[in-house]
Amino acid sequence: MPSITFTQPDGTAQRLEVEQETTLMRAAVSNGIDGIVGECGGQAMCATCHVYIRPEYADALPELGADEDEMLDCTAAERTERSRLGCQISTGASLPEIIVDIPAGQV
Amino acid sequence: MSVVIIGGGQSALQVADSLRGNGYTEQITIVADEAGLPYQRPPLSKDFLSPQGTPKPLPLRGENFFSQKNINLLDGVSAIDIDRPNRQVALSNGNSLGYTHLVLATGARNRLIECPGSKLDGVHSLRTLDDVQDLHAALPAAKNVVVVGAGFIGLEFAAAARAHDCHVTVLEFAARPMARALSEPMSQWFAQAHRDLGVELRLNEGIERFEAAGGGEVMAAVSSTGQRYPADLVLVGVGVLPNVALAENAGLETSNGIVVDQCLRTSDPSIFALGDCANFPNVHSPGRTRLESVQNATDQARHLAGSILGDESPYADLPWFWSTQGPYRLQIAGLSQAGDDTLVLGDPRTAKFSVLCFRGEALAAVESVNLPADHLAARKLIGAGTRITRAEAEEAGFALKNRARVIAGAV
Repeated sequence: MPSITFTQPDGTAQRLEVEQETTLMRAAVSNGIDGIVGECGGQAMCATCHVYIRPEYADALPELGADEDEMLDCTAAERTERSRLGCQISTGASLPEIIVDIPAGQV
Repeated sequence: MSVVIIGGGQSALQVADSLRGNGYTEQITIVADEAGLPYQRPPLSKDFLSPQGTPKPLPLRGENFFSQKNINLLDGVSAIDIDRPNRQVALSNGNSLGYTHLVLATGARNRLIECPGSKLDGVHSLRTLDDVQDLHAALPAAKNVVVVGAGFIGLEFAAAARAHDCHVTVLEFAARPMARALSEPMSQWFAQAHRDLGVELRLNEGIERFEAAGGGEVMAAVSSTGQRYPADLVLVGVGVLPNVALAENAGLETSNGIVVDQCLRTSDPSIFALGDCANFPNVHSPGRTRLESVQNATDQARHLAGSILGDESPYADLPWFWSTQGPYRLQIAGLSQAGDDTLVLGDPRTAKFSVLCFRGEALAAVESVNLPADHLAARKLIGAGTRITRAEAEEAGFALKNRARVIAGAV
């Protein structure tokens, strides 16, 4: 099963095993991971599922879409080169595991 | 001390979450009439109905949220009566709950149409996961779809039905689609955009009756102009009504929703209301408003949690909305009104543009298609009370994004 590890700003990490094609946002919200809100239900409309992707997984990610790119400009925590929206990234054949860092705030 | 929250939607869960986040340690109970884990509604009329979509519910909070935060969720239970003098809520399961503070997050229900045939098999509405599972099952085999109402839900569904290659007719009694929410230019643009997607959009034409086939299922829709449209699947999306019966029976003031003050308090100081069911004094448009949106539900919830804990500041967050209709992402910042002076920024033919709505010489709302940057900038600018005149916006090279950067730099 694919796995997603969420690391909180204080360093505590939670590893989830999820089904194929599960978005980071859905996994986090369904499993009560603090710090991922996903207020719009995965429509890339609210930018409250902001995550920082660990660099070693960067190449396995889908390309940053224009909408996602613009929405990332309004995240509550600072946008960095590692910033993505959790609703736009799914586990799958090319991404069997991933580790992400959760920002300090979402709203 | 205890808080009882009636409702299982976005606002109900956010109130509970924010109370805990603000350090409230007393008992919190959520009374949700739908059975099961409360779920997100926005995807129901969008992703879930696309040919690739599956109606797999996305919970508002995971199951462990309730145990971790010590929040008591009573699902499949409704509140049937409020005893205000004794501060008790009677429940459908025969129990009653005492409260120090009661939160009414009762939401809204779909407005029904009363016309011959409106209860035939094949005539659907869309609010719950069950509704969407029915539609999801019916769409692949549907050939002729009739949608009654060209509001957000109707048009989101129309676009989804076109993606299933159905023949789609939309009946709208008003002269333009989404007339209540959108400025004239944006509304007209969407009318053409849906026609270009292959939707037969019939304006100034309401529903008169539905006709049944031999098996009792819907076969046709007859409009107010006497036109007859074949239909094997009908979606009725003609707006919603706020759920106010509980409040009304308890003697609370209601008027197009449960009337609340700027702290979201009802006429009883220990009872609050928010979200789709609440009529509140809105600082962003004249008079009172009732809004049906995720932003309104969650921002009011965060505010209301503060009000319960003694914060007397007024709720003043800027309303924003979105809708996804086929390839078009509509985002709205602020509330446009009839009579607003409008200015189009960008080229509508590229399907990337915004309509700026000015009121009294200042920017009051911005509607954007496929331009999140404009939308986000508008939220910042209007939310901060920045005065932008039409003359300024008409200057060569004006861009909301650049203007928002100036604000950010100044802070």
